[in-house]
Amino acid sequence: MTVETILFYLFGILAVVSALGMVLNTRNMVASAMSLVVTMISLGAIYLLLEAYLVSALQIMVYGGAIVVVFLFVVMLLNLSTDELPPGKLRFAKIAFVIAGVAILSQVLIALGQDPLLTAQPEAVPEGFGGYRQLGIALYTDYVLLVEMTSLLLLAAIVGALILAKRKID
Amino acid sequence: MPIEPIIKVLFIIIVMVVGIAPVITWIERKQSAVMQDRIGANRADLGGITLLGLLHPAADVIKLMTKEDVVPDGANRVMHLLSPLIAAVPAIIAFVVIPYGGVYQFGDTTISLVGADIDWGLLYIFVIGSIAAYGTILAGWSSNNNWSMLGGLRASAQMISYEVVMGLTVVGVFMVFETLRLTDMALAQDSSFRIFGFLNLYFGMDGWLIEHLRLPAWGIFYQPLGFLMFLTAIMAENKRPPFDIPEGESEIIAGYHLEYSGMRFGLFFMSEFIGIIIIAALTATIFLGGWTFPWWSTAEIIDLISTFMGVGFATGLCMLIHFSMFMLKVFFMIWVQMLLRWSLPRFRYDQVMSLCWKILLPLSIANIFVTGLVLLLVNG
Repeated sequence: MTVETILFYLFGILAVVSALGMVLNTRNMVASAMSLVVTMISLGAIYLLLEAYLVSALQIMVYGGAIVVVFLFVVMLLNLSTDELPPGKLRFAKIAFVIAGVAILSQVLIALGQDPLLTAQPEAVPEGFGGYRQLGIALYTDYVLLVEMTSLLLLAAIVGALILAKRKID
Repeated sequence: MPIEPIIKVLFIIIVMVVGIAPVITWIERKQSAVMQDRIGANRADLGGITLLGLLHPAADVIKLMTKEDVVPDGANRVMHLLSPLIAAVPAIIAFVVIPYGGVYQFGDTTISLVGADIDWGLLYIFVIGSIAAYGTILAGWSSNNNWSMLGGLRASAQMISYEVVMGLTVVGVFMVFETLRLTDMALAQDSSFRIFGFLNLYFGMDGWLIEHLRLPAWGIFYQPLGFLMFLTAIMAENKRPPFDIPEGESEIIAGYHLEYSGMRFGLFFMSEFIGIIIIAALTATIFLGGWTFPWWSTAEIIDLISTFMGVGFATGLCMLIHFSMFMLKVFFMIWVQMLLRWSLPRFRYDQVMSLCWKILLPLSIANIFVTGLVLLLVNG
Protein backbone atom coordinates (compact mmCIF):
# COMPACT_ATOMS: atom_id res chain seq x y z
CA MET A 1 0.00 0.00 0.00
CA THR A 2 1.43 3.32 -1.00
CA VAL A 3 1.17 6.51 1.01
CA GLU A 4 -1.34 7.80 -1.55
CA THR A 5 -3.62 4.80 -1.03
CA ILE A 6 -3.51 5.17 2.74
CA LEU A 7 -4.24 8.90 2.47
CA PHE A 8 -7.05 8.22 0.01
CA TYR A 9 -8.78 5.81 2.37
CA LEU A 10 -8.15 8.10 5.33
CA PHE A 11 -9.74 11.12 3.66
CA GLY A 12 -12.46 9.01 2.03
CA ILE A 13 -13.55 7.64 5.40
CA LEU A 14 -13.28 11.10 6.94
CA ALA A 15 -15.45 12.56 4.17
CA VAL A 16 -18.16 9.90 4.58
CA VAL A 17 -18.15 10.02 8.38
CA SER A 18 -18.32 13.80 8.54
CA ALA A 19 -21.01 13.90 5.86
CA LEU A 20 -23.08 11.45 7.93
CA GLY A 21 -22.31 13.55 11.00
CA MET A 22 -23.63 16.63 9.23
CA VAL A 23 -26.92 14.99 8.23
CA LEU A 24 -27.60 12.95 11.38
CA ASN A 25 -26.80 15.75 13.82
CA THR A 26 -30.07 17.66 13.98
CA ARG A 27 -29.53 19.18 17.42
CA ASN A 28 -26.63 21.50 16.73
CA MET A 29 -26.60 23.33 13.44
CA VAL A 30 -23.16 24.86 13.91
CA ALA A 31 -21.68 21.41 14.50
CA SER A 32 -23.44 20.26 11.33
CA ALA A 33 -21.92 23.13 9.38
CA MET A 34 -18.47 22.30 10.74
CA SER A 35 -18.95 18.66 9.71
CA LEU A 36 -19.68 19.97 6.23
CA VAL A 37 -16.38 21.86 6.34
CA VAL A 38 -14.55 18.66 7.25
CA THR A 39 -16.27 16.88 4.34
CA MET A 40 -15.25 19.62 1.93
CA ILE A 41 -11.64 19.63 3.13
CA SER A 42 -11.48 15.81 2.84
CA LEU A 43 -12.81 16.04 -0.72
CA GLY A 44 -10.20 18.74 -1.40
CA ALA A 45 -7.50 16.38 -0.12
CA ILE A 46 -8.80 13.60 -2.39
CA TYR A 47 -8.66 15.96 -5.39
CA LEU A 48 -5.10 16.77 -4.36
CA LEU A 49 -4.24 13.06 -4.43
CA LEU A 50 -5.67 12.97 -7.98
CA GLU A 51 -3.30 15.84 -8.90
CA ALA A 52 -6.22 18.19 -9.59
CA TYR A 53 -4.51 21.03 -7.73
CA LEU A 54 -6.67 23.96 -8.78
CA VAL A 55 -9.92 22.07 -8.22
CA SER A 56 -8.64 21.07 -4.79
CA ALA A 57 -7.74 24.65 -3.88
CA LEU A 58 -11.10 25.96 -5.11
CA GLN A 59 -12.96 23.16 -3.32
CA ILE A 60 -11.45 24.13 0.03
CA MET A 61 -11.47 27.89 -0.56
CA VAL A 62 -14.95 28.28 -2.06
CA TYR A 63 -16.93 25.39 -0.58
CA GLY A 64 -14.98 24.76 2.61
CA GLY A 65 -14.27 28.43 3.24
CA ALA A 66 -16.68 30.92 1.74
CA ILE A 67 -19.97 29.06 1.38
CA VAL A 68 -20.02 27.41 4.79
CA VAL A 69 -18.99 30.71 6.40
CA VAL A 70 -22.16 32.19 4.90
CA PHE A 71 -24.15 29.22 6.25
CA LEU A 72 -22.63 29.81 9.67
CA PHE A 73 -23.42 33.51 9.43
CA VAL A 74 -27.09 32.74 8.84
CA VAL A 75 -27.22 30.01 11.49
CA MET A 76 -25.60 32.29 14.07
CA LEU A 77 -27.82 35.21 13.10
CA LEU A 78 -30.96 33.14 13.63
CA ASN A 79 -29.40 31.43 16.67
CA LEU A 80 -32.17 28.85 17.03
CA SER A 81 -32.05 26.94 20.28
CA THR A 82 -32.92 23.25 20.34
CA ASP A 83 -36.42 23.73 21.77
CA GLU A 84 -37.37 26.03 18.91
CA LEU A 85 -36.92 23.19 16.45
CA PRO A 86 -40.01 21.08 15.69
CA PRO A 87 -40.03 18.08 18.05
CA GLY A 88 -41.01 14.52 17.26
CA LYS A 89 -40.64 14.60 13.54
CA LEU A 90 -36.86 14.58 13.84
CA ARG A 91 -36.71 10.93 14.76
CA PHE A 92 -38.66 9.93 11.65
CA ALA A 93 -36.49 12.26 9.62
CA LYS A 94 -33.40 10.52 10.94
CA ILE A 95 -34.76 7.09 10.07
CA ALA A 96 -35.73 8.33 6.62
CA PHE A 97 -32.27 9.80 6.12
CA VAL A 98 -30.60 6.53 7.12
CA ILE A 99 -32.81 4.50 4.78
CA ALA A 100 -32.21 6.90 1.90
CA GLY A 101 -28.48 6.91 2.60
CA VAL A 102 -28.25 3.11 2.70
CA ALA A 103 -30.26 2.88 -0.52
CA ILE A 104 -28.00 5.36 -2.35
CA LEU A 105 -24.86 3.76 -0.95
CA SER A 106 -25.90 0.27 -2.07
CA GLN A 107 -26.74 1.63 -5.53
CA VAL A 108 -23.31 3.24 -5.74
CA LEU A 109 -21.59 0.05 -4.61
CA ILE A 110 -23.51 -2.05 -7.14
CA ALA A 111 -22.69 0.42 -9.91
CA LEU A 112 -19.04 0.44 -8.89
CA GLY A 113 -18.88 -3.35 -8.97
CA GLN A 114 -20.02 -3.39 -12.59
CA ASP A 115 -18.01 -0.46 -13.76
CA PRO A 116 -15.04 -1.21 -16.01
CA LEU A 117 -13.36 1.86 -14.46
CA LEU A 118 -12.63 -0.17 -11.35
CA THR A 119 -10.50 -2.66 -13.28
CA ALA A 120 -8.91 -0.10 -15.59
CA GLN A 121 -5.18 0.52 -15.24
CA PRO A 122 -4.22 4.03 -14.13
CA GLU A 123 -2.43 6.14 -16.71
CA ALA A 124 0.19 8.80 -16.09
CA VAL A 125 -1.28 12.29 -16.24
CA PRO A 126 0.15 14.70 -18.83
CA GLU A 127 2.55 17.47 -17.79
CA GLY A 128 0.86 20.34 -16.00
CA PHE A 129 -2.41 18.44 -15.57
CA GLY A 130 -4.85 20.07 -13.19
CA GLY A 131 -2.93 23.31 -13.02
CA TYR A 132 -4.51 26.74 -13.31
CA ARG A 133 -2.98 27.17 -16.79
CA GLN A 134 -4.63 24.10 -18.32
CA LEU A 135 -7.94 24.73 -16.61
CA GLY A 136 -7.92 28.39 -17.63
CA ILE A 137 -7.14 27.58 -21.26
CA ALA A 138 -9.86 24.94 -21.35
CA LEU A 139 -12.41 27.27 -19.75
CA TYR A 140 -11.69 30.20 -22.03
CA THR A 141 -11.42 28.31 -25.32
CA ASP A 142 -13.52 25.13 -25.41
CA TYR A 143 -16.06 26.04 -22.75
CA VAL A 144 -16.19 29.82 -23.12
CA LEU A 145 -19.91 29.81 -23.94
CA LEU A 146 -20.70 27.87 -20.77
CA VAL A 147 -18.54 30.22 -18.70
CA GLU A 148 -20.35 33.24 -20.11
CA MET A 149 -23.75 31.66 -19.56
CA THR A 150 -22.82 30.87 -15.94
CA SER A 151 -21.67 34.43 -15.40
CA LEU A 152 -24.99 35.67 -16.83
CA LEU A 153 -26.85 33.38 -14.43
CA LEU A 154 -24.83 34.72 -11.51
CA LEU A 155 -25.48 38.29 -12.63
CA ALA A 156 -29.20 37.57 -12.71
CA ALA A 157 -28.97 36.09 -9.21
CA ILE A 158 -27.12 39.18 -7.93
CA VAL A 159 -29.70 41.52 -9.45
CA GLY A 160 -32.50 39.41 -7.98
CA ALA A 161 -30.92 39.50 -4.52
CA LEU A 162 -30.47 43.27 -4.81
CA ILE A 163 -34.14 43.78 -5.73
CA LEU A 164 -35.29 41.61 -2.83
CA ALA A 165 -33.05 43.45 -0.38
CA LYS A 166 -34.04 46.87 -1.71
CA ARG A 167 -37.75 46.14 -1.34
CA LYS A 168 -37.16 45.38 2.35
CA ILE A 169 -35.28 48.65 2.87
CA ASP A 170 -37.82 50.78 0.98
CA MET B 1 11.30 9.67 3.88
CA PRO B 2 12.92 12.72 2.34
CA ILE B 3 14.59 14.65 5.13
CA GLU B 4 15.53 17.79 3.18
CA PRO B 5 12.05 19.40 2.78
CA ILE B 6 11.28 18.71 6.44
CA ILE B 7 14.41 20.57 7.51
CA LYS B 8 13.57 23.49 5.23
CA VAL B 9 9.98 23.69 6.50
CA LEU B 10 11.06 23.45 10.13
CA PHE B 11 13.73 26.11 9.55
CA ILE B 12 11.33 28.72 8.19
CA ILE B 13 8.66 27.96 10.82
CA ILE B 14 11.14 28.12 13.69
CA VAL B 15 12.73 31.35 12.42
CA MET B 16 9.41 33.03 11.75
CA VAL B 17 7.23 31.77 14.59
CA VAL B 18 9.61 31.04 17.44
CA GLY B 19 12.21 33.61 16.44
CA ILE B 20 10.33 36.67 15.23
CA ALA B 21 6.88 36.42 16.85
CA PRO B 22 8.08 37.23 20.40
CA VAL B 23 10.25 40.05 19.04
CA ILE B 24 7.19 41.56 17.36
CA THR B 25 5.35 41.88 20.66
CA TRP B 26 8.39 43.81 21.86
CA ILE B 27 8.46 45.95 18.70
CA GLU B 28 4.75 46.70 19.14
CA ARG B 29 5.20 47.80 22.75
CA LYS B 30 8.28 49.87 22.00
CA GLN B 31 6.81 51.48 18.89
CA SER B 32 3.58 52.41 20.65
CA ALA B 33 5.67 53.83 23.49
CA VAL B 34 7.73 55.95 21.13
CA MET B 35 4.67 57.14 19.24
CA GLN B 36 2.79 57.99 22.43
CA ASP B 37 5.80 59.65 24.08
CA ARG B 38 6.18 57.02 26.80
CA ILE B 39 9.27 55.19 28.01
CA GLY B 40 7.69 51.84 27.27
CA ALA B 41 8.10 48.27 28.29
CA ASN B 42 11.06 48.11 30.67
CA ARG B 43 9.74 46.60 33.90
CA ALA B 44 10.39 42.88 33.38
CA ASP B 45 13.87 42.41 34.75
CA LEU B 46 16.06 39.51 35.73
CA GLY B 47 18.36 40.67 38.51
CA GLY B 48 18.38 44.26 37.25
CA ILE B 49 18.89 43.32 33.59
CA THR B 50 15.98 44.48 31.42
CA LEU B 51 17.53 44.19 27.94
CA LEU B 52 15.47 47.23 26.84
CA GLY B 53 12.27 45.34 27.62
CA LEU B 54 13.19 42.27 25.60
CA LEU B 55 12.35 40.11 28.62
CA HIS B 56 8.68 41.03 28.33
CA PRO B 57 7.82 38.31 25.78
CA ALA B 58 9.18 35.71 28.24
CA ALA B 59 7.12 37.25 31.04
CA ASP B 60 4.06 37.13 28.76
CA VAL B 61 4.54 33.43 28.11
CA ILE B 62 4.97 32.61 31.81
CA LYS B 63 1.85 34.62 32.68
CA LEU B 64 -0.29 33.08 29.93
CA MET B 65 0.88 29.53 30.68
CA THR B 66 0.21 29.71 34.41
CA LYS B 67 -3.22 31.35 34.21
CA GLU B 68 -6.36 29.30 34.70
CA ASP B 69 -7.99 28.03 31.51
CA VAL B 70 -11.66 28.89 31.99
CA VAL B 71 -14.49 27.41 29.95
CA PRO B 72 -17.64 29.44 30.67
CA ASP B 73 -20.93 27.83 31.74
CA GLY B 74 -23.17 26.89 28.84
CA ALA B 75 -20.34 27.06 26.38
CA ASN B 76 -19.91 24.39 23.75
CA ARG B 77 -16.90 22.81 25.40
CA VAL B 78 -15.38 20.98 22.42
CA MET B 79 -15.58 23.96 20.07
CA HIS B 80 -14.48 26.36 22.76
CA LEU B 81 -11.32 24.31 23.27
CA LEU B 82 -10.74 23.67 19.57
CA SER B 83 -11.23 27.11 18.05
CA PRO B 84 -7.92 28.68 19.25
CA LEU B 85 -6.16 25.80 17.52
CA ILE B 86 -8.16 26.32 14.31
CA ALA B 87 -7.04 29.95 14.40
CA ALA B 88 -3.37 29.33 15.20
CA VAL B 89 -2.38 26.22 13.22
CA PRO B 90 -3.22 27.55 9.70
CA ALA B 91 -1.33 30.74 10.54
CA ILE B 92 1.77 28.68 11.29
CA ILE B 93 1.67 26.29 8.32
CA ALA B 94 1.17 29.08 5.78
CA PHE B 95 4.94 29.73 5.91
CA VAL B 96 5.64 26.46 4.12
CA VAL B 97 5.40 28.00 0.63
CA ILE B 98 7.28 31.26 1.28
CA PRO B 99 10.69 31.28 -0.45
CA TYR B 100 13.46 32.73 1.71
CA GLY B 101 16.21 32.36 -0.86
CA GLY B 102 16.80 31.42 -4.48
CA VAL B 103 18.31 28.35 -6.06
CA TYR B 104 22.05 27.87 -5.52
CA GLN B 105 24.48 25.56 -7.29
CA PHE B 106 27.28 24.08 -5.18
CA GLY B 107 29.19 21.81 -7.54
CA ASP B 108 26.76 18.95 -8.11
CA THR B 109 24.29 19.75 -5.35
CA THR B 110 21.51 22.24 -5.84
CA ILE B 111 19.99 24.00 -2.86
CA SER B 112 16.70 25.88 -3.09
CA LEU B 113 15.59 27.78 -0.04
CA VAL B 114 11.87 27.12 0.11
CA GLY B 115 9.83 24.62 2.13
CA ALA B 116 7.40 23.44 -0.54
CA ASP B 117 7.80 24.76 -4.08
CA ILE B 118 4.23 24.20 -5.27
CA ASP B 119 2.73 25.47 -8.50
CA TRP B 120 -0.21 27.22 -6.83
CA GLY B 121 1.76 28.67 -3.92
CA LEU B 122 -0.20 31.87 -3.55
CA LEU B 123 -3.54 30.04 -3.77
CA TYR B 124 -2.31 27.74 -0.99
CA ILE B 125 -1.99 30.73 1.34
CA PHE B 126 -5.51 31.88 0.46
CA VAL B 127 -6.82 28.35 1.07
CA ILE B 128 -5.13 28.21 4.46
CA GLY B 129 -6.45 31.68 5.30
CA SER B 130 -10.02 30.71 4.47
CA ILE B 131 -9.82 27.85 6.97
CA ALA B 132 -8.35 30.10 9.68
CA ALA B 133 -11.53 32.22 9.64
CA TYR B 134 -13.39 29.38 11.37
CA GLY B 135 -11.24 29.77 14.49
CA THR B 136 -12.55 33.27 15.05
CA ILE B 137 -16.15 32.54 14.11
CA LEU B 138 -16.42 29.42 16.27
CA ALA B 139 -14.72 31.12 19.20
CA GLY B 140 -17.44 33.76 19.11
CA TRP B 141 -20.24 31.25 18.78
CA SER B 142 -19.06 28.67 21.32
CA SER B 143 -18.48 31.10 24.19
CA ASN B 144 -22.20 31.51 25.01
CA ASN B 145 -21.81 35.25 25.38
CA ASN B 146 -23.67 37.89 23.40
CA TRP B 147 -20.62 40.07 22.89
CA SER B 148 -18.62 37.11 21.68
CA MET B 149 -21.45 36.14 19.36
CA LEU B 150 -21.52 39.63 17.86
CA GLY B 151 -17.76 39.43 17.44
CA GLY B 152 -18.07 36.09 15.68
CA LEU B 153 -20.78 37.43 13.36
CA ARG B 154 -18.72 40.49 12.51
CA ALA B 155 -15.69 38.29 11.90
CA SER B 156 -17.54 36.02 9.51
CA ALA B 157 -18.84 38.95 7.47
CA GLN B 158 -15.56 40.84 7.45
CA MET B 159 -13.30 37.92 6.68
CA ILE B 160 -15.42 36.55 3.85
CA SER B 161 -15.69 39.99 2.24
CA TYR B 162 -11.99 40.72 2.37
CA GLU B 163 -11.09 37.22 1.18
CA VAL B 164 -12.86 37.96 -2.10
CA VAL B 165 -11.15 41.32 -2.54
CA MET B 166 -7.74 40.02 -1.44
CA GLY B 167 -7.80 37.47 -4.26
CA LEU B 168 -8.80 40.06 -6.84
CA THR B 169 -6.14 42.61 -5.82
CA VAL B 170 -3.27 40.27 -6.67
CA VAL B 171 -4.63 39.15 -10.05
CA GLY B 172 -2.67 42.05 -11.60
CA VAL B 173 0.51 40.54 -10.16
CA PHE B 174 -0.32 37.12 -11.60
CA MET B 175 -0.73 38.80 -14.99
CA VAL B 176 2.60 40.64 -14.79
CA PHE B 177 4.66 37.67 -13.60
CA GLU B 178 2.53 35.04 -15.39
CA THR B 179 2.74 32.64 -12.48
CA LEU B 180 1.24 31.71 -9.12
CA ARG B 181 4.39 29.97 -7.93
CA LEU B 182 5.99 32.17 -5.27
CA THR B 183 9.55 31.07 -6.10
CA ASP B 184 9.06 32.03 -9.77
CA MET B 185 7.56 35.34 -8.68
CA ALA B 186 10.62 36.15 -6.58
CA LEU B 187 12.93 35.02 -9.37
CA ALA B 188 11.14 37.27 -11.88
CA GLN B 189 12.00 40.23 -9.65
CA ASP B 190 15.70 39.32 -9.61
CA SER B 191 16.57 41.97 -12.21
CA SER B 192 15.98 45.63 -12.97
CA PHE B 193 14.16 47.59 -15.65
CA ARG B 194 14.81 50.93 -17.36
CA ILE B 195 12.44 53.63 -16.09
CA PHE B 196 12.46 55.39 -19.47
CA GLY B 197 12.80 52.19 -21.48
CA PHE B 198 9.65 53.09 -23.44
CA LEU B 199 11.47 56.13 -24.92
CA ASN B 200 13.98 53.74 -26.38
CA LEU B 201 11.39 51.20 -27.48
CA TYR B 202 8.88 53.50 -29.14
CA PHE B 203 10.84 56.63 -30.06
CA GLY B 204 14.28 55.12 -30.65
CA MET B 205 15.90 57.53 -28.19
CA ASP B 206 19.22 56.50 -26.71
CA GLY B 207 21.48 57.75 -23.99
CA TRP B 208 23.36 57.03 -20.80
CA LEU B 209 20.46 58.13 -18.59
CA ILE B 210 17.90 55.98 -20.37
CA GLU B 211 20.18 52.97 -20.08
CA HIS B 212 21.28 53.47 -16.47
CA LEU B 213 18.25 55.00 -14.73
CA ARG B 214 16.89 51.71 -13.48
CA LEU B 215 14.48 50.42 -10.87
CA PRO B 216 14.53 46.90 -9.44
CA ALA B 217 11.88 44.81 -11.23
CA TRP B 218 9.73 44.57 -8.11
CA GLY B 219 6.01 44.00 -8.09
CA ILE B 220 5.41 47.28 -6.28
CA PHE B 221 6.74 49.24 -9.29
CA TYR B 222 4.57 47.26 -11.73
CA GLN B 223 1.49 47.21 -9.49
CA PRO B 224 1.58 50.20 -7.09
CA LEU B 225 -2.22 50.27 -6.72
CA GLY B 226 -2.28 46.50 -6.37
CA PHE B 227 0.26 46.76 -3.55
CA LEU B 228 -1.78 49.31 -1.61
CA MET B 229 -5.04 47.41 -2.06
CA PHE B 230 -3.49 44.03 -1.24
CA LEU B 231 -1.91 45.42 1.93
CA THR B 232 -5.25 46.95 2.96
CA ALA B 233 -7.22 43.78 2.26
CA ILE B 234 -4.80 41.38 3.92
CA MET B 235 -4.45 43.64 6.98
CA ALA B 236 -8.24 43.68 7.27
CA GLU B 237 -8.17 39.89 6.97
CA ASN B 238 -5.78 39.75 9.92
CA LYS B 239 -8.31 41.90 11.87
CA ARG B 240 -5.85 44.01 13.79
CA PRO B 241 -6.51 47.72 14.35
CA PRO B 242 -7.63 49.77 12.42
CA PHE B 243 -9.72 46.80 11.23
CA ASP B 244 -10.32 45.20 14.65
CA ILE B 245 -14.08 45.02 14.13
CA PRO B 246 -14.50 41.47 15.54
CA GLU B 247 -12.72 42.59 18.73
CA GLY B 248 -14.06 46.12 18.97
CA GLU B 249 -12.97 46.87 22.54
CA SER B 250 -15.09 50.02 22.70
CA GLU B 251 -18.29 48.36 21.47
CA ILE B 252 -18.25 44.63 22.19
CA ILE B 253 -15.56 44.52 24.89
CA ALA B 254 -13.18 42.00 23.32
CA GLY B 255 -15.49 40.28 20.85
CA TYR B 256 -14.74 36.73 19.94
CA HIS B 257 -12.00 36.08 22.51
CA LEU B 258 -13.81 37.71 25.43
CA GLU B 259 -14.36 34.39 27.23
CA TYR B 260 -10.86 33.07 26.69
CA SER B 261 -8.12 33.07 29.27
CA GLY B 262 -4.64 31.73 29.72
CA MET B 263 -2.83 30.15 26.81
CA ARG B 264 -6.01 29.74 24.75
CA PHE B 265 -6.30 33.50 24.64
CA GLY B 266 -2.55 33.45 24.01
CA LEU B 267 -3.11 31.37 20.88
CA PHE B 268 -5.47 33.99 19.42
CA PHE B 269 -2.99 36.67 20.40
CA MET B 270 -0.18 34.68 18.79
CA SER B 271 -2.11 33.93 15.61
CA GLU B 272 -2.58 37.66 15.02
CA PHE B 273 1.12 38.29 15.49
CA ILE B 274 2.02 35.37 13.23
CA GLY B 275 -0.46 36.89 10.77
CA ILE B 276 1.62 40.07 10.80
CA ILE B 277 4.71 38.05 9.87
CA ILE B 278 2.87 36.22 7.08
CA ILE B 279 1.60 39.52 5.67
CA ALA B 280 5.13 40.91 5.83
CA ALA B 281 6.68 37.83 4.21
CA LEU B 282 3.99 37.62 1.54
CA THR B 283 4.05 41.29 0.54
CA ALA B 284 7.85 41.19 0.60
CA THR B 285 7.81 38.19 -1.73
CA ILE B 286 5.16 39.43 -4.14
CA PHE B 287 5.81 43.16 -4.20
CA LEU B 288 9.26 43.86 -2.74
CA GLY B 289 11.30 41.31 -4.63
CA GLY B 290 11.45 38.64 -1.92
CA TRP B 291 15.00 37.54 -1.30
CA THR B 292 16.45 39.47 -4.28
CA PHE B 293 19.00 42.22 -3.85
CA PRO B 294 17.88 45.49 -5.51
CA TRP B 295 19.72 46.31 -8.77
CA TRP B 296 22.06 43.30 -8.37
CA SER B 297 20.92 40.00 -9.81
CA THR B 298 22.13 36.69 -8.36
CA ALA B 299 24.60 36.10 -11.19
CA GLU B 300 26.04 39.60 -10.83
CA ILE B 301 26.56 39.21 -7.07
CA ILE B 302 28.26 35.82 -7.48
CA ASP B 303 30.45 37.20 -10.30
CA LEU B 304 31.50 40.17 -8.20
CA ILE B 305 32.36 38.12 -5.09
CA SER B 306 34.08 35.35 -7.02
CA THR B 307 36.65 37.84 -8.34
CA PHE B 308 37.96 37.90 -4.76
CA MET B 309 37.42 34.28 -3.70
CA GLY B 310 36.21 30.87 -4.81
CA VAL B 311 32.90 30.36 -6.60
CA GLY B 312 31.57 28.00 -3.92
CA PHE B 313 32.27 30.51 -1.19
CA ALA B 314 30.78 33.30 -3.32
CA THR B 315 27.59 31.28 -3.80
CA GLY B 316 27.36 30.65 -0.06
CA LEU B 317 27.88 34.33 0.69
CA CYS B 318 25.26 35.23 -1.92
CA MET B 319 22.83 32.84 -0.23
CA LEU B 320 23.48 34.57 3.09
CA ILE B 321 23.03 38.02 1.51
CA HIS B 322 19.75 36.94 -0.04
CA PHE B 323 18.42 35.52 3.21
CA SER B 324 19.40 38.69 5.10
CA MET B 325 17.73 40.77 2.38
CA PHE B 326 14.54 38.75 2.79
CA MET B 327 14.57 39.21 6.56
CA LEU B 328 15.26 42.92 6.15
CA LYS B 329 12.22 43.28 3.90
CA VAL B 330 10.10 41.23 6.30
CA PHE B 331 11.08 43.50 9.18
CA PHE B 332 10.42 46.57 7.05
CA MET B 333 6.88 45.37 6.29
CA ILE B 334 6.34 44.51 9.97
CA TRP B 335 7.40 48.05 10.84
CA VAL B 336 5.01 49.50 8.23
CA GLN B 337 2.12 47.52 9.74
CA MET B 338 3.01 48.66 13.26
CA LEU B 339 3.17 52.24 12.06
CA LEU B 340 -0.28 51.96 10.48
CA ARG B 341 -1.70 50.22 13.55
CA TRP B 342 -0.59 53.00 15.91
CA SER B 343 -1.32 55.98 13.67
CA LEU B 344 -4.74 55.26 12.16
CA PRO B 345 -7.98 55.52 14.15
CA ARG B 346 -10.11 52.41 13.95
CA PHE B 347 -12.89 52.07 11.38
CA ARG B 348 -16.56 51.71 12.17
CA TYR B 349 -18.16 48.42 11.07
CA ASP B 350 -20.08 49.90 8.14
CA GLN B 351 -16.99 51.81 7.01
CA VAL B 352 -14.99 48.58 6.90
CA MET B 353 -17.63 46.88 4.80
CA SER B 354 -18.15 49.78 2.40
CA LEU B 355 -14.38 50.15 1.99
CA CYS B 356 -14.32 46.53 0.91
CA TRP B 357 -17.31 46.37 -1.44
CA LYS B 358 -17.56 49.94 -2.70
CA ILE B 359 -13.92 51.00 -3.01
CA LEU B 360 -11.55 48.02 -3.08
CA LEU B 361 -13.68 45.72 -5.24
CA PRO B 362 -14.32 48.14 -8.15
CA LEU B 363 -10.75 49.46 -7.95
CA SER B 364 -9.24 46.00 -8.08
CA ILE B 365 -11.36 45.06 -11.10
CA ALA B 366 -10.29 48.32 -12.78
CA ASN B 367 -6.70 47.45 -11.91
CA ILE B 368 -7.04 44.06 -13.61
CA PHE B 369 -8.51 45.71 -16.71
CA VAL B 370 -5.81 48.39 -16.95
CA THR B 371 -3.05 45.83 -16.31
CA GLY B 372 -4.39 43.65 -19.10
CA LEU B 373 -4.59 46.63 -21.46
CA VAL B 374 -0.99 47.71 -20.72
CA LEU B 375 0.33 44.16 -21.05
CA LEU B 376 -1.43 43.87 -24.39
CA LEU B 377 0.15 47.12 -25.60
CA VAL B 378 3.65 46.23 -24.36
CA ASN B 379 3.72 42.59 -25.49
CA GLY B 380 1.82 43.26 -28.71
